[in-house]
Amino acid sequence: MRRLSRLERVTAAHATPDAEARRAWRQGLGVALATSAYGVSFGALAVAAGLDIWQTCVLSLVMFTGGSQFAFVGVIAAGGLPAAPAAIASASLLGVRNIAYGMRMSPVVGTGFWRRAAAAQFTIDESTAVSLAQTTRRARTLGFWVTGIAIYIGWNLSTLAGALLGDVLGDPRAYGLDAAAAAAFLALLWPRLRHRQPIAVGIAAAVVATMLTPVLMPGIPVLIAAVVAVVVGWFNWLGVGDAPPEEPDDVAERVGLP
Amino acid sequence: MTLWTAVLVAAIICVALKTLGYLIPQRFVEAPRPARIADLLTVALLSALVAVQTLGEGQAIVVDARIPAVLVAAGLLLLRAPFLVVVVAAALVAALLRLWGWAA
Repeated sequence: MRRLSRLERVTAAHATPDAEARRAWRQGLGVALATSAYGVSFGALAVAAGLDIWQTCVLSLVMFTGGSQFAFVGVIAAGGLPAAPAAIASASLLGVRNIAYGMRMSPVVGTGFWRRAAAAQFTIDESTAVSLAQTTRRARTLGFWVTGIAIYIGWNLSTLAGALLGDVLGDPRAYGLDAAAAAAFLALLWPRLRHRQPIAVGIAAAVVATMLTPVLMPGIPVLIAAVVAVVVGWFNWLGVGDAPPEEPDDVAERVGLP
Repeated sequence: MTLWTAVLVAAIICVALKTLGYLIPQRFVEAPRPARIADLLTVALLSALVAVQTLGEGQAIVVDARIPAVLVAAGLLLLRAPFLVVVVAAALVAALLRLWGWAA
């Protein structure tokens, strides 16, 4: 995706406004299609974790940010209802990066209270990425809205399909759904492991979470592992200079998960 | 707390975080420290979730079919396989190992 978008950026320099707009539409719908495909896996995993179909759908309708949704059901799957506060905290912490996306999209989405309120809900990895990949102001605005709205529709429909499917399947372990959840987290993590600092933080966080699992309530080890990120990030251990880290432009979520 | 309460509270917090981005001034995003911490926070949480989801079972550490499944997933990610392929392959590996009785 990265190579393609760079190539398209070069051609876009000579493109007409119409071609720019068409490109924003095409990219947005392409990303939306890929994303919608695995809303199915979220729906099935959520039902396997013990949520009912309505709760699963409310997560996709209201929370609408894939990493947080997977984290919420992952912690509930491990600890059940007693782990609910930890599930809320995990989902919230993973939602923190959407603040940064909102700040970047703020000048792009347009004016007016309702328009901006709606934009906030559509602010996710993919809509931000597609928008920032465009070169003109109009195409950036268009890219944001097309991607956000198309994924919202697709993600919610596929979540419902997955939840209905998960309900029929029965024992999630027999279908390897527990392993699928671990693989999903790994796939979300993978493209972020490009530099020494995130790799070190990732390994340390995994070790901390594993060591603490036998002694603490499910969900809490994950939260304590997050402290590793705050400490390393604060002092910038193993970091490179003081430049703000650039968001990788081919993060898995962006080509698949809101 | 009921599960419904948890679902709604978590969802509302996530919506509030998205909205917050549109309310705070632009210069905050350019400060390196908060941006760096937000970035590393995502890495730490996802990595911890991989570990717990692969090895945890309640409060126990368990070695079962999930480990070979996650190793296969990692191999596919090295080969740049798409998300859906990685997730389905991991499920398949775990399901087959359990079906054949090779792993718990």
